[in-house]
Amino acid sequence: MRKLFASVVAAAMVVTATPTLAETPRDVLVIANQIDDIITLDPAEIFEFSGAEFAGNTYDRLIGYDHRDVSNIYGVAAESWTISDDGKTYTFKMRPGVKFVSGNPMTAEDAAFSLRRAIVLDKSPAFILTQFGFTPENVNEKIRATDDVTLVIETDQAYAPTFLLYCLTATISSIVDKKTVMANEKDGDLGHEWLRTNYAGVGPFKLRQWKPNESLTIDRNDDYWGGAPAMKRVITRHIVEPSAQQLLLEKGDIDIARNLLPDQLESVRSNPELTVQEGPKGAIYYMGLSQKNEALANPKVRQALKYLVDYKGMESTIVRDLLKVHQAFLPKGFLGALEETPFTLDVSRAKQLLAEAGYPNGFKITMDTRNTSPIMEMAQSIQATFAQAGVDLEIIPGDGKQTLTKYRARNHDIYIGRWGPDYQDPHTNADTFARNPDNSDDAKSKPLAWRNSWNIPDLTKASDAAILERDPAKRAEMYLEIQKTHQATSPFVIMFQQTEVAGVRADTKGFIIGPAFDDNKYHEVTKN
Amino acid sequence: MSGLSLPRPLRLALNIVVTVALTFLGLLFVTFLIGRVVPIDPVLAIVGDRAPEHVVERVRIELGLDLPLYQQFAIYVWDVLRGDLGNSVLTANPVLEDIKRVFPATLELATVATFLGVFLGVPMGVLAAVHRGRWPDQVIRVVGLFGYSIPVFWLGLMGLLLFYATLDWVPGPGRLDFVYDGLIDPVTGVMLIDSAMAGEWEIFWNAASHLVLPASILGYFSLAYVSRMTRSFMLEQLSQEYITTARVKGVKEWRVIWIHALGNVWVPLVTVIALSYANLLEGSVLTEIVFAWPGLGFYLTQSLLNADMNAVLGATMVVGAVFIGINLLSDVLYKVLDPRAR
Repeated sequence: MRKLFASVVAAAMVVTATPTLAETPRDVLVIANQIDDIITLDPAEIFEFSGAEFAGNTYDRLIGYDHRDVSNIYGVAAESWTISDDGKTYTFKMRPGVKFVSGNPMTAEDAAFSLRRAIVLDKSPAFILTQFGFTPENVNEKIRATDDVTLVIETDQAYAPTFLLYCLTATISSIVDKKTVMANEKDGDLGHEWLRTNYAGVGPFKLRQWKPNESLTIDRNDDYWGGAPAMKRVITRHIVEPSAQQLLLEKGDIDIARNLLPDQLESVRSNPELTVQEGPKGAIYYMGLSQKNEALANPKVRQALKYLVDYKGMESTIVRDLLKVHQAFLPKGFLGALEETPFTLDVSRAKQLLAEAGYPNGFKITMDTRNTSPIMEMAQSIQATFAQAGVDLEIIPGDGKQTLTKYRARNHDIYIGRWGPDYQDPHTNADTFARNPDNSDDAKSKPLAWRNSWNIPDLTKASDAAILERDPAKRAEMYLEIQKTHQATSPFVIMFQQTEVAGVRADTKGFIIGPAFDDNKYHEVTKN
Repeated sequence: MSGLSLPRPLRLALNIVVTVALTFLGLLFVTFLIGRVVPIDPVLAIVGDRAPEHVVERVRIELGLDLPLYQQFAIYVWDVLRGDLGNSVLTANPVLEDIKRVFPATLELATVATFLGVFLGVPMGVLAAVHRGRWPDQVIRVVGLFGYSIPVFWLGLMGLLLFYATLDWVPGPGRLDFVYDGLIDPVTGVMLIDSAMAGEWEIFWNAASHLVLPASILGYFSLAYVSRMTRSFMLEQLSQEYITTARVKGVKEWRVIWIHALGNVWVPLVTVIALSYANLLEGSVLTEIVFAWPGLGFYLTQSLLNADMNAVLGATMVVGAVFIGINLLSDVLYKVLDPRAR
C-alpha cells in the first residue's frame, strides 16, 4: 500500500507540473458565457439569447442593419429591394454568386422556402412573420420566387415599410439551404428535427459542434462572400460562475467573459491587460402590477409606486454598468423612443398619493422575484424604498420558470422581470406593453398588458394605427404619444434599460455588442 | 412455497430482479408525480415566454399533458420498457444520449474523489483512533470538521484562486484545455480512459490535470466522512479482547493495528465508502458549476428547474441504478471480506 501511495503522490506531482496554456492561439477566439439557454439551432425555432447569437454569426438574412444606427438598413443576401406604390408588395433582388456552406448556390427560392418553412413549422417566433397576414395555407402564394434572383413578398395591409424590413432581419428570417434541409426531412417536418442540432446556411461562420451545457464551436467560412473573418474558430464555453469567468480571463485562458458582475468589472477595469466593452441592449427591466389586485388597480397607487423606486441609487450601486435608468417601454435606439425619466425616489409625494388613494398607512403586497442577479438585488432595494411609505412588500423568490408560470397565469400581485424586443421595430414592444385586444381569461393573445389584466381599448387602437403609418416622422410622433400616456398611467413601473457588458483581453479587438442578441458578432475580431 | 421448487440460485436471481423492477417502478412513479406537481409549466421550456397561445396549446397536446395523469404515466413506462427514454427539451437530444455524455464525466470525478477520500481518509482515521485524544487526533478532527462544514462552492472558488490563478499548478475550469476539445472520440466518455485507449498521452495528462482540483475538493468531503467513520470503527475494535490477546502474545504493534484491527474494520467500512461513492455519483451540482464540469448533477438540476421531465426521469433512473448497483456490489464485497457472511 505504501508503494501505491507513493505512486499516487508521484502521479499527482507530474500532473501538477504539466504546464498549463497561458494564452489562447491568435486565430481562435475563446468566450466564456452562460449558454444553457440554447435548446435548438434551427433558426425557425431559435428564440433564446445564446441561440440568436449563434444564428447571427452563422446565418445570413435578406437584409441587415448597422448596429451603431439601426435606421440604416442594407442588403445582405438581397442586393436591393423595391416596395410597390400600394405598400403591399416587396420585391427583393438576390445577391448573385452566393453559395451555401454545402456548395449549393443560394437562390431566391431558398429565401422564399426559408420564410415559408418558418411559417408552416409555426414555432414560437413564427408570429414575427405571421403578423403580416401569412398563414400556412396562403404562404405559397404570398411569398414566392419568380426566378432565381427575384423574391416577392405580399403583405395583407400597407404597413410601415420598416415594420416588415426589421422583421426580415430577425433570427427567424435566416436563410437556410433548401436542398440540404429537405434531404434531411423526416415525416414532413421540413428537416426540423435534423436542423435542431445541425447547420445548413451561409454566414461568416459555420457550425462545428454543439455540446449542450458544455460548449458551442463555430468555424470560419473560408468562402464567405463578404470576406472570411480573421478568427479560424470561435469557441464558446459554458461557464456558469462569474468568478470562474473572471479568473479565466485574467489568466488568459479565455478572451472574452460575458457574465461579469459590477464588482468584477471594476477589477477588470483596473487591470491593464483587460478592457471592458459595452453596448446598449434593447431589454427593459420593469415591474408589472396586476390590475386584479384592488390596491394596485387604483391609478394613484400605481403613480405612488413609481415614486417609490430608487432608480438613481440602484444605477450607481447594484446594477452599475449593467443597467441605465429608462422609464418608457421603447428602448433607447428605437424609432420614437421616449427618453424622458420623470420619476425619481420621492417618498413624501408617494405618501401623499397613497393617502389620496385611501391608503394613508400603506398596504401589504407580494412580488414574485426570480432568484438571480440583478433581479433579486433590485427587489431588495425596492422592498426598502416601498417600506418608507408603509408599503409592506413581501418578496416571493423562485426559479425563473416558476415565477414565469405564475405570471403567465395572472396569479401574481407584482412581477419583476425583464423584457427584450423581438425585432428592431417599435411595434415589438408596443404590441406587448400597450396592446390588449381581449382581456378575458381565454384570450387568443396574451401580451404583458393582458398578464397584468390591464384593459386598454384606446391604447390598443393607437398601437394598431401606428403600424400602418408609412411616414417615419409621423409614426415616431405616434409612438411618443402612446408612451407618454403609458408612462403616466400604466401598471408598468419601467425602471431600466440593459447595457451588455463584457470583459475582454486588451489584445482582442473588434467584438461587436449590438442592440439585439443576434447582433453580437465575431467576424471583425482580431487578436495581436 | 413447496409447490414452487425452483433451484436456490434461480430463486435468488428472480428475487433480485423483482425487487429491482419494483424499486424502479416506485422511483419512477414518485419522480413522475413530483414532476407533475412542481409549479412549473413544462411547455415553457420548449416554447419560451413569447410564444402565442395556439403554439402553447399545441405543444401541451404534443407532450400529452392534456391526458389524465395515469395515462401519461402508463405511456411513459411503456416507452421506457421499449428502451425509449424520450427526448430532452433542453438539449434537443434523446435523453439516453445526454446521459451517456454527462454520466461518465460524473463517474470520472466521483471515482477519483473516492479513491482520494479512501486512500487518505482510512489511514487518517486509523491514526486518529490510535492516538485518541492526543494531537494527531485533534488535528485530524479539525481537518475533518472543515471538510464537513466549509461550503463546497467557496472551497472550489478559493481552490481555483490559489492553485489556478495564483500558483498556476492546475488548469482552470473545464474537463480539457479547449485546444484538445473534440480531438478524442468518446468511447466510454471517461476522458482518462478514452485518451489512454487512443494513446493520446498529452490529452490524458491534460485531462488528469483538470481533474486534480475538483476531485481533491470532492475527495476532501469524502475524506472527512471516511476518516471519521474509520476512527470510530477502529476505536471499537481496539477495545476488543482479541487485540489485547494479540498484544500480550507479543505481536508487533503496527501489525496489531494495521492487520488485525483494520482487517475487521474493512467490513463495515465498505458500506460507508459505497454510500459515499454513490452520493458522489449523483453528481455534485455546486462543484460542477464552479468547475464547468458537465456532469449529471447539473443536468438533473437544470432539467428539474425547467420541468424537462423526460430528462429528470431518465437521470433519476440512472441514480437509482447506481444505488442499486452499488448496494449489490457492497453485498458481494461483504461476502468476500467477511467469511461469516458467505
